[in-house]
Amino acid sequence: MESLYAITTGILTACGLFLTLRGRSFPVVVGLTLLSYAVNLFLFSMGGLTTNGAAILDGGGSYADPLPQALVLTAIVIGFAMTAFAVILAMRARGDMGNDHVDGRQVDETREERR
Amino acid sequence: MTLLWIPLLTLLGVLAPMCLERYGRNLCSLGTATPPAIALLLALNQVPALMAGEVPRIAISWIPQLGLDLAFRLDGLSLLFLTLILGIGLLIILYARYYLAPEEPFGRFNAYLMLFMLSMVGIVMADNLLLLWVFWEMTSLSSFLLIGFWSSQSDARKGARMALTVTGAGGLALLAGFLLIGDMVGSFNVGVVLDSADVILADPRYPIMLVLVLIGAFAKSAQFPFQFWLPHAMAAPTPVSAYLHSATMVKAGIFLLARLHPAIGDSAMWGWLVTLTGMTTFLYGGWFALLKTDLKGILAFSTVSHLGLITALLGIGSPMAILAALFHILNHATFKAALFMCSGIIDHEAGTRELAKLGGLRRAMPITALLMSLAAAAMAGVPLLNGFLSKEMFFKETLDAGLLGGLGWLLPLLATLGGVLSVAYSLRLVHSVFFKPAKTAPPKHPHEPPRLMRVPVEFLVMICVAVGLFPAVLATGLLNLATEAVLGRHLEFHLAIWHGVNAPLIMSLVALGCGVALYGVHPSIRRFVRQFATTDARMIFENSIQRLVARSQSLTERLENGSLQRYMSLLLGAALLLATLGLLELPQLAGGMPEGELDGVLILGAALLIFGALGTVVTHRYRLVSLLMLSVVGLVVSLTFARFSAPDLALTQLSVEVVTMILLMLALFFLPQKTPRESSAHRTIRDIALASALGMVVASLNYAVLTREIDSISRFFIDNSVPGGGGHNVVNVILVDFRGFDTLGEITVLAIAGLAIFKLLNRLRLFMPHSDAEGRVWSPDRYPMILTSVSQWLLPLALLVSVFIFLRGHNQPGGGFIAGLVTAVALILIYMARGVEWTQSRLDFPYQLVAIGGVAVATLTGLGSWLFGRPFLTSAFGHFKLPLIGEFELATAMLFDLGVYLAVVGATLMILANLGKVTTPHRPTKDAQPATSKEKS
Repeated sequence: MESLYAITTGILTACGLFLTLRGRSFPVVVGLTLLSYAVNLFLFSMGGLTTNGAAILDGGGSYADPLPQALVLTAIVIGFAMTAFAVILAMRARGDMGNDHVDGRQVDETREERR
Repeated sequence: MTLLWIPLLTLLGVLAPMCLERYGRNLCSLGTATPPAIALLLALNQVPALMAGEVPRIAISWIPQLGLDLAFRLDGLSLLFLTLILGIGLLIILYARYYLAPEEPFGRFNAYLMLFMLSMVGIVMADNLLLLWVFWEMTSLSSFLLIGFWSSQSDARKGARMALTVTGAGGLALLAGFLLIGDMVGSFNVGVVLDSADVILADPRYPIMLVLVLIGAFAKSAQFPFQFWLPHAMAAPTPVSAYLHSATMVKAGIFLLARLHPAIGDSAMWGWLVTLTGMTTFLYGGWFALLKTDLKGILAFSTVSHLGLITALLGIGSPMAILAALFHILNHATFKAALFMCSGIIDHEAGTRELAKLGGLRRAMPITALLMSLAAAAMAGVPLLNGFLSKEMFFKETLDAGLLGGLGWLLPLLATLGGVLSVAYSLRLVHSVFFKPAKTAPPKHPHEPPRLMRVPVEFLVMICVAVGLFPAVLATGLLNLATEAVLGRHLEFHLAIWHGVNAPLIMSLVALGCGVALYGVHPSIRRFVRQFATTDARMIFENSIQRLVARSQSLTERLENGSLQRYMSLLLGAALLLATLGLLELPQLAGGMPEGELDGVLILGAALLIFGALGTVVTHRYRLVSLLMLSVVGLVVSLTFARFSAPDLALTQLSVEVVTMILLMLALFFLPQKTPRESSAHRTIRDIALASALGMVVASLNYAVLTREIDSISRFFIDNSVPGGGGHNVVNVILVDFRGFDTLGEITVLAIAGLAIFKLLNRLRLFMPHSDAEGRVWSPDRYPMILTSVSQWLLPLALLVSVFIFLRGHNQPGGGFIAGLVTAVALILIYMARGVEWTQSRLDFPYQLVAIGGVAVATLTGLGSWLFGRPFLTSAFGHFKLPLIGEFELATAMLFDLGVYLAVVGATLMILANLGKVTTPHRPTKDAQPATSKEKS
């Protein structure tokens, strides 16, 4: 189970990173989102993988580690804010620079590219 | 306290000229000169105490953690230098009054000068090595301002830069040396350091420390191989050269050697390094002084040479050598300052200081001629002048040095040679300016300078003569105190002109005779030397500086080329390197824990995640498809959280997923629908390699952690959640109670992100396509009937659900974050179904206020606990009974959670509603004109 989880996290990370290395803004944003899923999964697993042990106290039994959960919960929300900021920045960049390249060039895109 | 007044008064002198400039030069000079004059009197007033064997000190704690105190001392050595710094400083102020042209900023010049004086006073009085270093660097900075005073001249700028670079870099070496001393001794106090010679000398780091300190001192005092900056600093106005490069700044290095001599000077290494450097510089300076053709150039190199002489004496280090060094410091300062001032007068009155254009000036300026001849004679070591006395002592010490073993005779020989050079260039200086007939007329008609401009020179030359005639009477007192400070004991000595016919006298006579002869043949020497290619130190320096700048520039441009791709690949490469190094340290990847059982659901989930992630990448050119693939990942991630006992996370992820997808779809409307294929195969392979390598590292790390025993602090939270926080849902209690401060920070970030986006969308010019990527126009049906009616009755239901989720959050999965997201989703649905205008007219409040209000509620809840004398964000709770509902619990944490709720709703809607607002009113449809250009401004 643990190895499968780790492999999945690794693949998500790799896919996210590959997209953040692209040259246009939208794939970068998608990559960031994918990467934040991977990071959240990774952080979440730092408390171990527990089945049927939600940290809702009911008098007994063992519970999953609540601390990484609390951290990841806020991370999800902040991750959303970051994605939103990045994508709006991408829109703004396109509006101001005339294209959606991520290297800051200021060339208007062709009509073909606009679609 | 009196001690503190000496630096304080000079500090006051920095301000005085700035305030007095408008009242004319005389008052300005007077105002500038008054504080240092009083400071000089205060210093001299301490003489009786010094005579009694005391060392007045004062110490104020400044940064005790670093061992830095504002500590000053006034011993004999400080007094000797103070007399020079303040005394010659006063003469310079008077001289500069007449030297500077009327249009030059007089007040600023004096302020710089006083700033420099302050730094020098600080160096010689500091009783703490770190404080000394601070003043040391201040001299570098203030001398930069002074050398570059004529900043319109390229020479001045370059000279100033070179002086700053060399002395500043030396200063850094010095700091390193001081830190080593402090580490050896355990204190930076000068008194303690001077008493710890045995500790320092025994320390294995002594050689490193000595070299560092010597680099600092040699760079400052223009000793070989750092001598090259001094001649270029001659681009400064002459009063500056007279002050900095004869009496003060270049003597700071010498002062330091004398100051630290008791602590670090008693070793063979010191003797070799310092003596040989000094002798080399002595000869080097003398040789080049003979070849220079510019008055100040000759003086600069002669200064280099004389500084070498003093350094050599300090290197020899015997008590009499120290005495000779101190005596020569005094003598050199007087005759060299006088010579510089004379050269300034000549430059000022004749319009040039090129020897080739000068000559026969004795008729035009007879008094200056007399003064300069006397000063030059003192420099050459002519009997009955002060320079003769100390130079003869120098000769004697080289005879008795006991260095170099069997080659011991070399030192006196080299010393005599230096003496010969000294006589030759002194003679040349005077003869070619005043006595040799002029070949051409100087640019200006030369005449005597204003009466008062000559006074400082007259005063200094008078001292040269008087000390030369009556050394025992005039110099013994001051030197007694100074040698006592350096040696730590009283030294019996008698200064006299006549010691009988002995070796030093013969050396002096040889130097005089051969010097005159050398001057006679020097034109042919100069012709001989001219065949060699000259290397200009400045060219080398400037070239290397420019190379350095160009290198840094190209490096910066390579690293920071404006492309995110470059930054990301560098960042990821670095992360890969570090993480790999960390992994290499693990003995083995798997820990001891057994793996959990796999079941079908897990495998299916993992397969879906992997499928979704790879699908996102593979389809990334078709952005909409890629986005759909991404949402698969998001949904399965949320299921993963649910599976592994994190219901709160699952709920949050689910609602965030919805909001994110809506946002990205909306944004995609304004961005191209497809990504063109443009990465080269090379780049694609590189990126795949980098990403997969990092993926593997992350997977390995994750596996390594998961298979190891986890030692968590969570036990505390689980144990205290109910008794301390009054909640059964530990995750929520952590968020709103235990780690409430973190949460407060996070909702603040959320609100700020919302505000930033609001600002980014302001006046955004966007291109809006009228059809999708395939050329299909958008649906004319803007607000589908079913969506409209469903959303309408869904809203109250969703609000009810979010209230439910909010209220149960403390004990069951739920809470402010999730409730806020659910509310936001419901409202966004209305926006989508009805359009922005319709919704906006009914929901007429700015979401910015909601978000900010949420942060405010949370903060105020936290502050509320202050009213009860508890720390920020302490929570309280109690149980209450209401009819119908029954017993329930109220906690201040719930109020805090309300703040979270509001912040999340506000920020999310601020982002989405504002983005939606950009689109709707002008959205092109089939009926509208096809939009071809950017619209909406």
